[in-house]
Amino acid sequence: MNRLKFFLPVIFFIGLAMLLWRGLYLDPKVLPSMLIDKPMPEFALTTVEDLPVSNVDLPDQMFLLNVWGSYCLPCLIEHPTFMRLLEAGEIPVVGVNYRDQKELALDWLEDNGNPFSFSILDESGRFGIDLGVYGAPETYLVDADGVIRYRHVSVLDETIWKEEFLPAIAELQVESDQ
Amino acid sequence: MIQSNLLRNSQLIWLSSWFIVLTTVSLSVPSPAFSQVDTFQFVTEEQQQRFRQLSDELRCPMCQNTNLSGSTGGVAEDLRREIYRMIMEGLTDQEIEQFMFERYGDFIFYRPRLRADTFLLWFGPIIFLLIGGFVAYGIFRRAKALSESEISFDESQREELNELLGEKQ
Repeated sequence: MNRLKFFLPVIFFIGLAMLLWRGLYLDPKVLPSMLIDKPMPEFALTTVEDLPVSNVDLPDQMFLLNVWGSYCLPCLIEHPTFMRLLEAGEIPVVGVNYRDQKELALDWLEDNGNPFSFSILDESGRFGIDLGVYGAPETYLVDADGVIRYRHVSVLDETIWKEEFLPAIAELQVESDQ
Repeated sequence: MIQSNLLRNSQLIWLSSWFIVLTTVSLSVPSPAFSQVDTFQFVTEEQQQRFRQLSDELRCPMCQNTNLSGSTGGVAEDLRREIYRMIMEGLTDQEIEQFMFERYGDFIFYRPRLRADTFLLWFGPIIFLLIGGFVAYGIFRRAKALSESEISFDESQREELNELLGEKQ
């Protein structure tokens, strides 16, 4: 009993220290998405090429939704990854052109190459609000039923692709096979 | 020489007191608000008041520790516009806060909502304070009891003690 009384504060301290230690390594800039396991928000907008687009136009399979803008430098850094995914035919990527100008967006796609199945034009940022976007680039993993399953904030490079997206995709595939 | 030193000292005191007075005054006068200028047109004073309050109390998701009214961030601008739209559409403050919560979560509030998973956040400090208080109370009470108690030995105990101390009577 006395022994317990002696070790109780020690155990308490170790527990608290571990909790706070973990807290030190959490990135306060990465907010958890509120839309995980929720369906894609409803939208009826146009693509950057002025074609009408809504939820029914989304791929029937698992896809990535990438929030980008021509003003966004990190988007250029992750751009080669999406080009590679397109070439390899690994997964379709739908773009959300966020708070940009149509002409600049089209120029950007022309200059750098277009990795997207299509890009939803969101000049006002209103669709971004429904997605809970707080700045480009952000990438969502959406399953075949149109449910958002994962979000990555900031650059999606090959490392993030391998370490975060591939396991998340594998998990979803196991889930859908069952 | 002594006199001039004295004079200098008194001047110094005078100057420093003025310095203190001036800094106190300048810090206590509210500085012009760092809020962003939007050109929103309100119908009633109350709508404007609510807009100001909501954009002051909601946090910009992009910029860590700035409220919506103080942020130049793109998303903050959009969210101010949404608040304006919702106020003009007649939504209540609770409905507007719910709209924000559904999209940006607890981060958007400077005061997180009271729920099971925010319970520790709200009451953690008071719980820790109470635990600390109980422990401190226990320690003090024991220390007091110890200092107040008289240590008394009977004859055989005294003998044993003396023996141990190596002091033969």
